[in-house]
Amino acid sequence: MEDQRTHIISALVLHKPGVLQRVAGLFTRRGFNIESITVGTSEQEEIARMTIIAKGDGKVLEQITKQLNKIIDVIKVRDLEPENTVKRELCLIKVHSPTEKVRAEVVQYVNIFRGHVIDVSPETLTIEMTGASDKIDALIDLVKGFGIKEIARTGPTAMSRGIKTI
Amino acid sequence: MRGGEALLKSLENQGVDVVFGYPGGQLLPLYDMIYDSDLRHILVRHEQCAAHAADGYARASGKVGVCIATSGPGATNLVTGIATAYMDSSPIVAIAGQVPTGLIGNDAFQEVDTIGMTMPITKHNFQPITSKEIPEMVKSAFYIAGTGRPGPVVLDLPKDIQEQELDFENDVKITLPGYKPTRKGHPLQIKRAASLIGNAKKPVILAGGGVIISNSSGELLKLSELVGAPVTTSLLGKGSFPEDHDLSLGMLGMHGRLPANFAVDKCDCLIAVGCRFSDRTTGKISEFAKGAKIIHIDIDPAEIGKNVDVDIPIVGDAKIILSNLIRAISQNKMSNKSMEWVNRVKNFKQTCIPKMSFDDTPLKPQQVIREIAEAVDDDTIVTTDVGQNQMWMAHYFTSRKPKTFLSSGGLGTMGFGFPAAIGAKVAMPESDVVAVAGDGGFLMVSQELATVKEYDIPVVICVLDNRYLGMVAQWQNLFYEKRLSHTHLGESPDFVKLAEAFGVAADRVERPGELREVLSSAINSGEPTLIDVTIDPDEILPMVPPGCGLTEIVGEYKTESNNSEDVPYHETAKERAGD
Repeated sequence: MEDQRTHIISALVLHKPGVLQRVAGLFTRRGFNIESITVGTSEQEEIARMTIIAKGDGKVLEQITKQLNKIIDVIKVRDLEPENTVKRELCLIKVHSPTEKVRAEVVQYVNIFRGHVIDVSPETLTIEMTGASDKIDALIDLVKGFGIKEIARTGPTAMSRGIKTI
Repeated sequence: MRGGEALLKSLENQGVDVVFGYPGGQLLPLYDMIYDSDLRHILVRHEQCAAHAADGYARASGKVGVCIATSGPGATNLVTGIATAYMDSSPIVAIAGQVPTGLIGNDAFQEVDTIGMTMPITKHNFQPITSKEIPEMVKSAFYIAGTGRPGPVVLDLPKDIQEQELDFENDVKITLPGYKPTRKGHPLQIKRAASLIGNAKKPVILAGGGVIISNSSGELLKLSELVGAPVTTSLLGKGSFPEDHDLSLGMLGMHGRLPANFAVDKCDCLIAVGCRFSDRTTGKISEFAKGAKIIHIDIDPAEIGKNVDVDIPIVGDAKIILSNLIRAISQNKMSNKSMEWVNRVKNFKQTCIPKMSFDDTPLKPQQVIREIAEAVDDDTIVTTDVGQNQMWMAHYFTSRKPKTFLSSGGLGTMGFGFPAAIGAKVAMPESDVVAVAGDGGFLMVSQELATVKEYDIPVVICVLDNRYLGMVAQWQNLFYEKRLSHTHLGESPDFVKLAEAFGVAADRVERPGELREVLSSAINSGEPTLIDVTIDPDEILPMVPPGCGLTEIVGEYKTESNNSEDVPYHETAKERAGD
């Protein structure tokens, strides 16, 4: 059996209500394993770009792309090559930081990871971190010890490197 | 013009002459407009049957069928019929009423999320938010439903939009940037396929419903004769190839004909056209045509490689691809290498002609099918319900022409046969239409007797009456130690009296030889008629158990040439089939 691999699927879809449901519903219905799905506007007003992270072997991936293509509102689907893809995720982390000492430590980590502190309260610091998902995981691991109050992650969004578009 | 009128005008522009429907509160504006229109509306007695009738209309005529139901329960009742059409790639447009836009999402009276509910069982669905969108939506709906791989499209129509004024434009443009079905097959793949077929010593063609949809029966026949390839069909492919032809193997699969199952097991090249390799057709995938190179021709790329790994995929319209394939093979001027194979298949076929003559009472289903076959002509459209009645028809009935055998394949919807027959008769009034049903399935839709009476739609319904949910009982007998849990239906109702209560002519048949005459005269009477045929509940179809290879048949395979009960016929057949 072929190896299970994580795929980055980029799809252009019509920017209409219900399209996300059509795509997400397909994954449930066909038993495909979906790890994350992000959607937002693209360079064209009437078209949205979706980034879907899904796990499966080659056969599963082939079915995913073919079934996605069958959806009338889906215009284009591509499995991006991981080595030629830029992939970023946004994460917000609210850390418990009641003392001066903790705050200083957290800020230090944030600087090393090239994140930003975007909100401060006497009890908390809120960090914004954009990057590869494993970098975000690493930062979360580091600040976990202080006590994390909340995490919000977007899931990765991606596009091909260089001049190539889908 | 108001939204509802725009809908009716748009339907007219699409050439719609009849709709099957059932009104309700959220469709009051539209029905008020239908009152003044020339559209022929057939009031069914249950919305599910509106969808099945539209489906039967589509399958018999090749045109898009239309059904209408109100919001909420009307729409949910359509769902089974829509899912049936989806699984069998039948083009219907289903129009549902919806609560007014201002109430959507408030759990208003008779509100249901029709769009969400039908997303997984439609090719596409639409809900206009202003009446201006209606003309383009209707045109898109018909285009999507009827092209590429056909399928159902739902149009969800809020009540206020039916009333809302718009400027109607006849010549509306549609834009569907994400919908471009591939019609022409890839030339290189066709070339590769031609050379593979030309060199095959033991080719077999597997024809599915796609052959019928694409009107390529002529090309199929030509290819088969040109290369000497016997033809088997899926259930939905029945009628795509004349089953009385020398090269016909009959249906393949779980309830398939022995020669078909053995030929596919032994072939070296399988040419699958317009079929989706359903588990009912293939049996155990790892055992399926394991010695063969497989060519798969289908208009839906997602069907290729979904169930069966193929060697040469060709995406496109079967008619175009088969024509190109025939041309390429003719140009190659290859000698026919399958002579020996064809002779072997023909000889094998001769030894397993199914036994269909029985003098027994209660009637054997084989004898019943035989008498039905004798009473109808080649152009008669037969519909079946689901269950043993369906498989007896599929196995024993000889179909000669496309679009004359209509059956619910993928979803296996009990209650399909009778309303589908209504739709078929409305679509093809010149053809005789006979519905074959079991007593269980017929009782699910028997209220449509009112419809055939009211509109004088002369279909003949043969109810194969064994007082059992026969197919489920068969599985219980074979695989669940004969524990017949809730499959006996009891003695009620008396189907003859039931039909008469609806004002429909009815007759009962109990002995061999009677049905042929009763059915002939029912067809000739030009009146809707029900024939209750009392059959033997103990007769079991030979079958391939789920998860088994195509030749691992259980149950007795009765043939004309074999009267010995000692050894199951299919066991000795294995040796005769050779390698």
